[in-house]
Amino acid sequence: MLEKALEGSKKYWAWVFFLSALSAIGVYYYLQQFFYGLGITGLHRDVSWGLYIGQFTFLVGVAASAVMLVIPYYLHDFKKFGKIVILGEFLAISAVTMCILFIFVDMGQPMRITNVLLFPTPGSVMFWDSVVLMGYLVINALVGWVTLGADRKGMPPPQWIKPFIYLSIPWAISIHTVTAFLYSGIPGRHFWLTAVMAARFLASAFAAGPALLIILALIVRKLTKFDPGKEPIQALGKIVSYAMFANVFLLGLEFFTAFYSGIPGHQHPFVYLYAGLDGHAELVPLMWTSSILALISLTMLWVPAVRRNEGTLALACSMLFISLWIDKGFGLVIGGFVPNTFDEVNPYWPTMPEALITLGVWAIGFLILTFLYKIAVSVRERNVGIEIDH
Amino acid sequence: MSMDRRKFLKIAGISSILGFGASVASATHTIWQKGLYPPQVDKNKEALTAKRWAMVVDMSKFKTEEDVKKVVSACHQTHNVPDFRNPDGSVNKKDEIKWIWQATYERTFLGQDNKYMSEHMKKMPFFVLCNHCDNPPCVRVCPTKATFKLADGINMQDMHRCIGCRFCMVACPYGARSFNWRDPRGKNPNGEPFIKNENKGYPLRTKGVVEKCTFCSERLSEGKVPACVEAAPKGGLLFGDMEDPNSEVRSIVTNKYTIRRKPDLGTGPSIYYLIGGGDHA
Repeated sequence: MLEKALEGSKKYWAWVFFLSALSAIGVYYYLQQFFYGLGITGLHRDVSWGLYIGQFTFLVGVAASAVMLVIPYYLHDFKKFGKIVILGEFLAISAVTMCILFIFVDMGQPMRITNVLLFPTPGSVMFWDSVVLMGYLVINALVGWVTLGADRKGMPPPQWIKPFIYLSIPWAISIHTVTAFLYSGIPGRHFWLTAVMAARFLASAFAAGPALLIILALIVRKLTKFDPGKEPIQALGKIVSYAMFANVFLLGLEFFTAFYSGIPGHQHPFVYLYAGLDGHAELVPLMWTSSILALISLTMLWVPAVRRNEGTLALACSMLFISLWIDKGFGLVIGGFVPNTFDEVNPYWPTMPEALITLGVWAIGFLILTFLYKIAVSVRERNVGIEIDH
Repeated sequence: MSMDRRKFLKIAGISSILGFGASVASATHTIWQKGLYPPQVDKNKEALTAKRWAMVVDMSKFKTEEDVKKVVSACHQTHNVPDFRNPDGSVNKKDEIKWIWQATYERTFLGQDNKYMSEHMKKMPFFVLCNHCDNPPCVRVCPTKATFKLADGINMQDMHRCIGCRFCMVACPYGARSFNWRDPRGKNPNGEPFIKNENKGYPLRTKGVVEKCTFCSERLSEGKVPACVEAAPKGGLLFGDMEDPNSEVRSIVTNKYTIRRKPDLGTGPSIYYLIGGGDHA
């Protein structure tokens, strides 16, 4: 099936070239980082994780969100998702690949990365995170490839793949839970020390991931002969609405606990992020942008007429995605470090090389996504009109 | 007994597989039992040993700025800690690496100040360093066991195994850990090396690894007290075995009022701060 990615229109190749160019820029700056050290980033001893780990965290959620298609389709026999489930699985592959790349570019000594496997440490959440992420990549690649291969032959997928499909459900939940545990089990980081962290991660993931998928499905329909269908997009829209509501609710709970309890350590990160602290307000415009986009998109999604119109649905999903990207891909990480363990504010802002490396990783992820979607769409275009029962 | 070619090959094949398996098993068995790097040398008989190393800090013994500087530079000289500075001579906060330094009372003991406390008291300096916790979060989170606990309570850092993920820096509630954001063996734009007067007796680090205070475990094994303790005024930094009922540190902690940083987190820090000073030592 791979050959399908190697044939395409001029537009297709222009897009591939554009992404390749961005990736190349990212690789160039990564090499600079490789030779100079992580000092090329804006990080310092008080904010030791930044944009890279934020992107990793956010993308684990995008990857996990494939389960929002797998559960209705395979567990509840919601047939409408039949055509679109492969888009979710392939998005997961691309997202997990980006996660692994973001972890890699964040390593101070990337050549020693196999030490994680040479000296396995079951007490370390990061060890488990690497295990579950690798596993999730393998499961999704296997399931996606086998089901699409069967589709191409006009056959239902083989029975032996079913256990892997069912396994992917708890596995998706696990990758994001374990990622939340990286944060929520740390003493002395008040912003993260919250039992609802994993729940909030899952809620924001199940909003941001399907929102992206709606946008991607609409693009696929516009550019190709493959139509994912109106109804699955509407069903996804409802999933996004509920998940986003849960996410905003859980964030509200955090505010309540911090400010009603009145404990300074709990309040300071929120004050820094949303109002500024000790004369530092670097993240305030960003966090308010996130909050306002969250509220507008949520309102739009909750009005049935707005949600049913695919144009406004796409707009709401874009705003929601940007909102969650800021909140989880940046604010969440920085809030854990500012103020620092001495309650001092030492702010962080990414440098240009850091931003370009980040963009490069996204470009590689979208390149993989482009190839995978091209393959899936080519198979589907051939089978237009044929409904295959899985 | 005759044996055809086919049967011979079968037996030969199986026995060589078994032989290979046995040699792999015997080779890995030692690794399983002793670890990848079993100790190659005997312990020094003069080495200082303890069940639980701990430190008592008595800031009342530090009278001058000079007393303080001596301690910090003794530590940083001994361990080849690079000195990153901006062109104007101020500390470069972005690259900074430190093992022991000073913080004010209100920052060191968060929430222990109050609005009626004198500015003098709030700004009073205290030495801060790795707390060598009983229950260290840094050791818990490390994915490669590059930071680990010794039997004498010291939390060690293996700079050669560290992959530079900085999870330990995230986990440490005391901000005790530093990262090599750039090559510490480099030079500043004026051509001065970041590490002046290199101590050949202690390894240099590479970029991309985490480092911190190790309670001078390398000096203890040579029978010497930590460099900071040696450089401090008499009684300023006391070092000893907290599990030994007759040790000085134990006697102070038992009989006088000492406090620790963030004891409510359950990390069990082993740096005790003596309040009010005293005529010990």
